[in-house]
Amino acid sequence: MVAVSHIRFSVKKGEVFGLLGPNGAGKTTTMRMIECISPRSSGTLTVFGLDPDKNPAEIKQKIGVVPQDSNLDPDFSCGGNLLTYARYFDIPQDEAARRAESLLAFVALTEKRDVSVDKLSGGMKRRLILARALINNPDLLILDEPTIGLDPQARHLIWERLRQLRSEGRTIVLTTHYLDEAARLCDRLIIMDNGTFLAEGSPAELVQKYAGSEMVETDNTPEVVACLTDAGIPYEVAGDQIQVTSGDPRALAKTLLDRCRNSRVITRPATLEDVFLKLTGRALRE
Amino acid sequence: MTSVFSIPRVSRRAVMVWRRNLDVFCKTWKVNFFPPFVEALLYLSAIGLGIGTYVGAIDGIPYVTYIAPAILAISVMNSAFFECTYGSYVRMYYQKSFDAIIATPLSIEDVIAGELLWGATRSVISVAIMLPVLVAFGVVSLPFSLLAIPLAFVAGLLFAGIAMCFTAVTPGIDTLNYPAFLFITPMMLFSGTFFPLAVMPAALQYVALAFFPLTHLVSLMRMATLAAAGPLLLLNIVWILAATAVFWVIPINLMRRRLIV
Repeated sequence: MVAVSHIRFSVKKGEVFGLLGPNGAGKTTTMRMIECISPRSSGTLTVFGLDPDKNPAEIKQKIGVVPQDSNLDPDFSCGGNLLTYARYFDIPQDEAARRAESLLAFVALTEKRDVSVDKLSGGMKRRLILARALINNPDLLILDEPTIGLDPQARHLIWERLRQLRSEGRTIVLTTHYLDEAARLCDRLIIMDNGTFLAEGSPAELVQKYAGSEMVETDNTPEVVACLTDAGIPYEVAGDQIQVTSGDPRALAKTLLDRCRNSRVITRPATLEDVFLKLTGRALRE
Repeated sequence: MTSVFSIPRVSRRAVMVWRRNLDVFCKTWKVNFFPPFVEALLYLSAIGLGIGTYVGAIDGIPYVTYIAPAILAISVMNSAFFECTYGSYVRMYYQKSFDAIIATPLSIEDVIAGELLWGATRSVISVAIMLPVLVAFGVVSLPFSLLAIPLAFVAGLLFAGIAMCFTAVTPGIDTLNYPAFLFITPMMLFSGTFFPLAVMPAALQYVALAFFPLTHLVSLMRMATLAAAGPLLLLNIVWILAATAVFWVIPINLMRRRLIV
């Protein structure tokens, strides 16, 4: 079974790189290949210039992984999770203890050191997983939906920490379904679907290229549709909304208001979400 | 696709998984220490002394002395088997511990090898706890009985490997009851444990010798606790070593197949 094919991208040292796509697009599989876990049937992949088939342990020694599902070890406390994980990287005990302490502080969990992970809230678990991913002082951090299900406070804390990590020169690869998050964090990103590659660029470039600078939205009524068709203006239907991409939103809004006699017209900047929906469609995924 | 018989590449990092399980075990050592101790006491008093009063002696050996090595062997089997079925399944499926570990320099081969070594270690711990009880009852001979400890490790590794094969193919945790009841329980009763193989029909004796690892383990354990080599010594040793080697290789490949997609 082929999960992904014909994808091609490279991540530069020190950048935040996003992998976006609907569920089943192949993001997790792509990340698992970089993590030296899933095998490739063909194609080339190098991580730190090494081949995951030949040097998995060397590569994994320098990677930190935040998985989508929590897989913290319920048999240990928060501190115990970090220390146990440190051993898998062959980190000496006293060094591991020092790192665990400073990482607990980094994710604001110092007072939970001796608490069982079962007792943590979702946001705390996510933060602890981030701390665990940093225990080996990784050059590359791979995050699969790092802020899934978090409240805004916790999301902002994670974002702030990720920016801090980038400023330390670490490379970050992440997936997310929150496109505002991707726009905010990523230097560059790719959008993929059905296991293949659709677009690549910085968030601003992609918005400019695929969605234009402004988006005009109005109600989806037969009159508006007839009027836009008459005027020869291309539009897109999004449920009960009509969306028109425009370089000159004011003129367009005026046209809509004057010619189509429509009272509700909204103009707003185009976003990455517009790009995403344009490229991957609106059909619901499994 | 690798075959189930390809030799797995296991590194010394497997010990880190073994160590993780030991750490968890030590956190609750009081609870873990108790069952083998009580089990030895219960078996010896109920079956050995209770039933033993009616049975008297088997082949000139007092009944309680006859079953003492069987108690050790059964505990070797149960410790490793249940650790590497239910225990490993919980760590693999519910706790997702294996997923977490293979994101580090450890490979899935290292993880499963560490689990198997841990299963064998559980067997050794059980025997080490039971042995003093048997010594106190005066039913095992020293120092020869100390051979039960290395024996527990090798046979424990075998039962751990067999268990891990079931864990690798089971659709869910409930279906692990099948090997427990259809394989482990019959073995516990028909492997020359509580009565000699010789009293069974010839066909069943051959089945026990060909397919039941416990038959060979009980036989060796009895030689150790009675300090007397039996006629099957060489067969028992070769059978267990060969099976241990095979069941080291197969479950690692099966688990790789299950988990690496």
